[in-house]
Amino acid sequence: MKQTSNTFLDNAHAALQDPAKVQRRDLLALFAPLIRSAAVDSFGHFDELRQQVKQVKQHTLDHLDHYLEKFEREALRNGNHLHYAGDGDQLNSIVLEICQRHSARRVVKGKSMVTEETGLNDFLKRAGLRVMETDLGEYIIQQAGETPSHIVGPALHKSAAEVRELFLAKHDLGERELAETTDMVAEARLVLREHFLKADVGIIGANALIAQNGYSMLVTNEGNGDLCANLPNVLIICTTIDRVVPRARDATAMLRLLVRSATGQPQTCYTSFYSGPRREHDIDGPLETHIVLLDNRRSEILASDYREMLQCIRCGACLNHCPIYAGVGGHAYGWVYPGPMGSILTPLLTSLEQSNALPNACTSCGRCAEVCPADIPLPDLLRDLRHDETRQKLSSSRWRTGLRLHAWLARQPTLYRAFTSLGIFTLHLLGRRKGGFTRLPLAAGWTSQRDFPAPEGRTFMQQYAAIQREEKAREHKAAQAAAQSQSAEQAGPEPVVAGEPRSRRAPPAAAKPAAAARAKPRRAPRGQAPTERIEPSLGTDWSDDKPGGQGHE
Amino acid sequence: MTNLPTEQPSPRPALRVSLFVTCLADLFRPSVAFASIKLLEQAGCEVSIPLQQTCCGQPAYNTGDYAASAPLARRLIQQFEAADYVVVPSGSCAGMICHHYPKLLEGEWRERALQLAAKTFELTTFLHDIARLKRGERAPIKLPAVTYHDSCAGLRELGIKAQPRALLRELCDAELTELQQTEVCCGFGGTFCAKMPEISGKMVADKLASAVATRAQILAGGDLGCLLNIAGRARRSGETIEVRHIAELLCGDLESPAIGRGQ
Repeated sequence: MKQTSNTFLDNAHAALQDPAKVQRRDLLALFAPLIRSAAVDSFGHFDELRQQVKQVKQHTLDHLDHYLEKFEREALRNGNHLHYAGDGDQLNSIVLEICQRHSARRVVKGKSMVTEETGLNDFLKRAGLRVMETDLGEYIIQQAGETPSHIVGPALHKSAAEVRELFLAKHDLGERELAETTDMVAEARLVLREHFLKADVGIIGANALIAQNGYSMLVTNEGNGDLCANLPNVLIICTTIDRVVPRARDATAMLRLLVRSATGQPQTCYTSFYSGPRREHDIDGPLETHIVLLDNRRSEILASDYREMLQCIRCGACLNHCPIYAGVGGHAYGWVYPGPMGSILTPLLTSLEQSNALPNACTSCGRCAEVCPADIPLPDLLRDLRHDETRQKLSSSRWRTGLRLHAWLARQPTLYRAFTSLGIFTLHLLGRRKGGFTRLPLAAGWTSQRDFPAPEGRTFMQQYAAIQREEKAREHKAAQAAAQSQSAEQAGPEPVVAGEPRSRRAPPAAAKPAAAARAKPRRAPRGQAPTERIEPSLGTDWSDDKPGGQGHE
Repeated sequence: MTNLPTEQPSPRPALRVSLFVTCLADLFRPSVAFASIKLLEQAGCEVSIPLQQTCCGQPAYNTGDYAASAPLARRLIQQFEAADYVVVPSGSCAGMICHHYPKLLEGEWRERALQLAAKTFELTTFLHDIARLKRGERAPIKLPAVTYHDSCAGLRELGIKAQPRALLRELCDAELTELQQTEVCCGFGGTFCAKMPEISGKMVADKLASAVATRAQILAGGDLGCLLNIAGRARRSGETIEVRHIAELLCGDLESPAIGRGQ
């Protein structure tokens, strides 16, 4: 599939122009989290299980060679054929070669994101095969000539009315209403049944590969996976090396997290374990089974700082909880995997040059990591990709230079104060009456969507320094007065002046500044007209210009 | 504002707090810093302001320029590590110190970052959980209906949710109405709002619509980034809801213009 990740901003702009689609996505973003949290809360010990499954995943990744070999041994023992594909082209060729060996003409597929990654459908079609998607969502978008917008619900972007129009146009079934969604589902079922029965080869994906027994696990809600796997004579399971888990119970533990995170169900309608080809006494099942294990840079990810991304179980929760995904939809991301997981996987599986906009499509709000059942620190990985982007100078030089300059300036406090004091006070003078700016040089991005609030007045540091100067001057005066009266005392007995008790005197000059500050009435210094009404006390004077000590014992 | 007997003997030794003002409060909203000082003193703290402080390094860090950010992190550690507590009137800056400095720095600096993180608190968390600020003798502050915006970093990195609401209720008798989807980002995201303005604009428009739907007169929050964003959008769309930092509200400061409003 043609990648358009680097025109993300244009794609997003286009996506935001259709109010009906925007509203659809808003509703999904509202309800999907509610459904998930209801399922997770009623489960009770989701977090413990999440930590447990994460440990299993990490352990498996640490010993991936071992578990892959074990899976291979067991899968071969069950009668499967096993293939390793280094990249997408290899996977496509392997699949085509199997189809050709069996003189296959018709292929049915259960939903597989991996084959979206490799562009298998187009490849097989070019070789003259008829490929039919059988997951209802995938079927809809295949008929519409579109790509998935969501890794779990590929046609979530389409309304029932759109699907109705599509079915009326594509299915040659005469006059009919298709008023209800159930009618549409029934029609798709009818059409697809024919394809299942005629297919020579079935292709499915896998949610987990179990090293212990060589089985692969697949969950569906429609049962189409089982029909793809059992009706045609040949079954091909296309999956990736990071799906392997050590034991059957690890797969089922993962399943508990996966389904609740994905659709908020306690369990999918169908959970299938495929062992291999039909055995002697089996009444049905494929005669020949192949498992194609795709790498496609996953071993590079394994060796990189992004290894945690391989813990992903493809539930789609990060998409459902991402406000940016909700805003612009999956197609804007311009490749197979959208949302937070896609913004990490796309640069890693394709290239950062082709997709460096994606890791920037993130406010670091952290909602994705909060719900991720594999506990992947998605915002950290996205920021690390921005780090790579900066190091490789892929980001705009204006931004890079601007932020460098800011960071440099922030290390020169005197210059920083001078610069910010002047800039802020100017902005304040220009904007104080109205309270903000509708346009501002160098802030076009900001002001294209919202006004720029004017600064309140002088900077805090400026005001604080002024208050402090005032305090110091007063202390100095008081000390001088005290010294004078002391010398007067030494000169002779002080005349007692009525109305001016001694206690009023300022503390002796030798008193610690901290004690002096505490003893002072907590009012703003008079004679100064600070622009804000809050009257701060100065706080204790243990500022950092005394090296090391800061006034601490 | 002088109702509070600040000279009353404190029942326990004063907590010594260094205030990290944050660059946004320093530049755009000094009253947040003054209000923070006042609240901390009301809670019986001795407050100091390290004078060399500037920025915590978040802009460069979030953009992925770790090399530019690390010197700012080391600077801040040096300036604040002698304090008993560091208090920050921002969830995202406190989150930067508590969660990201230890990731950003290595070796000895990482150790120092961890030590600093252990004593660094966001303002409302510190006031509520550590200093246990109570209304005391102070006359009640009367606030109109308020809604509270949870900033993402505060909420998810530091678990700030109950504290600001509890303080608003205890200190101000505030009538709080919750935003729909209160845990969804307002679209600020640091440089995100300028890099991807259209998406950010959609997000802040949604947030503002939820705020207006609450019929609250004030939207309060603990992070100036979010508040400048929401206030800027409110001003653009002509909404009358006032946007204010929680520190100002807890001080009863309602007379100064709200963020983005003229004098």
